[in-house]
Amino acid sequence: MKSITKQKSPDEIQQSLEGLDRVFIVGCGTCTTMTKTGGTEQVAEMKEHLQELGKRVTGWTVISTACDDMTEVSMKENKQAIGSADCILSMSCALGVHRMNLYIDKPIIPALDTLFIAVEDSPGYFREACAQCGQCLLGETAGICPITACHKGLINGPCGGTNNGKCEVDKEKDCAWTLIYQRLEEQGRLDLMRKYQPPRNHHIVPKPRAVRI
Amino acid sequence: MVSRFKEALDSGKFVITSEVAPPKGTNLEKLLHHIDLLKDKVDGINVTDHQSSVMRFPSLGGCLAIKERGGEPIMQMTCRDRNRLALEADLLLAYSRDITNVLCLTGDAVPVGDHKEAKGVFDLDSLQLLKTIRQLTSGQDLGGNNLEGAVEFCAGAIVTPEAQPIEPQLIKFEKKVEVGAEFFQTQAIYDLENFRKFMEYARQFNVKILAGIVLASSARMAKYMTENVPGIFVPQDLIDELASVPKEEMLAKGIEIAGRTIAALKKDSICDGVHIMAIGREEVVPDILTAAGL
Repeated sequence: MKSITKQKSPDEIQQSLEGLDRVFIVGCGTCTTMTKTGGTEQVAEMKEHLQELGKRVTGWTVISTACDDMTEVSMKENKQAIGSADCILSMSCALGVHRMNLYIDKPIIPALDTLFIAVEDSPGYFREACAQCGQCLLGETAGICPITACHKGLINGPCGGTNNGKCEVDKEKDCAWTLIYQRLEEQGRLDLMRKYQPPRNHHIVPKPRAVRI
Repeated sequence: MVSRFKEALDSGKFVITSEVAPPKGTNLEKLLHHIDLLKDKVDGINVTDHQSSVMRFPSLGGCLAIKERGGEPIMQMTCRDRNRLALEADLLLAYSRDITNVLCLTGDAVPVGDHKEAKGVFDLDSLQLLKTIRQLTSGQDLGGNNLEGAVEFCAGAIVTPEAQPIEPQLIKFEKKVEVGAEFFQTQAIYDLENFRKFMEYARQFNVKILAGIVLASSARMAKYMTENVPGIFVPQDLIDELASVPKEEMLAKGIEIAGRTIAALKKDSICDGVHIMAIGREEVVPDILTAAGL
């Protein structure tokens, strides 16, 4: 499972850093390293870029996993350099930003947009597999999620936009319901597709979602 | 009260529906012209609902205009732009204005339209919308609360007889029948033999099927549709037939083909009627009807 990110445009980053001249940069050694959006190399490039813009980079680090308690340790280790900065520029996913927010009062500016949580189906191919909807249908859809794999998130079968097993929004994309149909047929479980699925409950866990265990 | 369209469906006659598209803006001149042209010639006029995800004057507004001019509206309702509360509320408003025929659609995807960054709602799907209508008819909303004042609708849906693969579409078709679809308007059909096979299957269900007739106004358009529009297949001999006449005669040829197709469907009682979609050339729908001998 990986958090998929993409770097914001240089313009947007520059705008976010307006009035914040001293910057401490944080990367992540897990997901953003793997996606080449916030590993050591990209942090070094960002440092150079910010210096070209006239910013003062007070320091940088790449936390091994920015979304867990390693972040607290890292924030303590870099206390001095962070203390002399106006802000942290985060090159982790948003989960890392949230984690840093627990320990740092200064502004934390995301340099990345967090796109989705993915599984790696084949080397280098990352696909959103779960939208964490709270009502898992995988047992009835042959293990293919109609919430993430269908553009419209339809749960009662295909729409009229499907064409030769592809999706109306992108001819390269498989129609989720063609795949579900084929797999259920192979499993001899097509009756599951004939079942009426009622409207979903969008408040299984009311927002903002949290749980205490 | 049973709608005029429902009466026509139940009468056993060969039912004719057509459709009009609301404008982008508030100039209704063309829409009203098309309504006036069609209202006495067809059993119902569909009003599209932001077709192809392009923002327009609303379907409900077009239906009100049809009522005002004495026509019989069929309100197209997609699930793309409204959540269940908004859909239910619009159904109440529609009923209060005697708009009681509804075609339930999932709706095209947002990115194919002109508001590409909008959120696609899809809180309900076409099946769930059909079932919602049945629930409202029973006197309750989707929250399980009683309604003050009853509603009654003639609800329909669409089916794509040319879809590849067809089996998943047929499963959905049967689910739509089970939740109470009374009529179906099909995606465009050009291949009568394939449609005949579909009808042999569909006849086992107690629903009315209106075959979709899309006017192919040029060989180029026919070729484009068969190559790009999901669920539309135009046989090569029809494309060739269109291409065989000079450009300025192609529209007349398209009208002839549409009329011929309708006449064949009616003659052999293959289906219960037709739904004519002229897509921007609504003024020639009467010519298509003439060409069909209707």
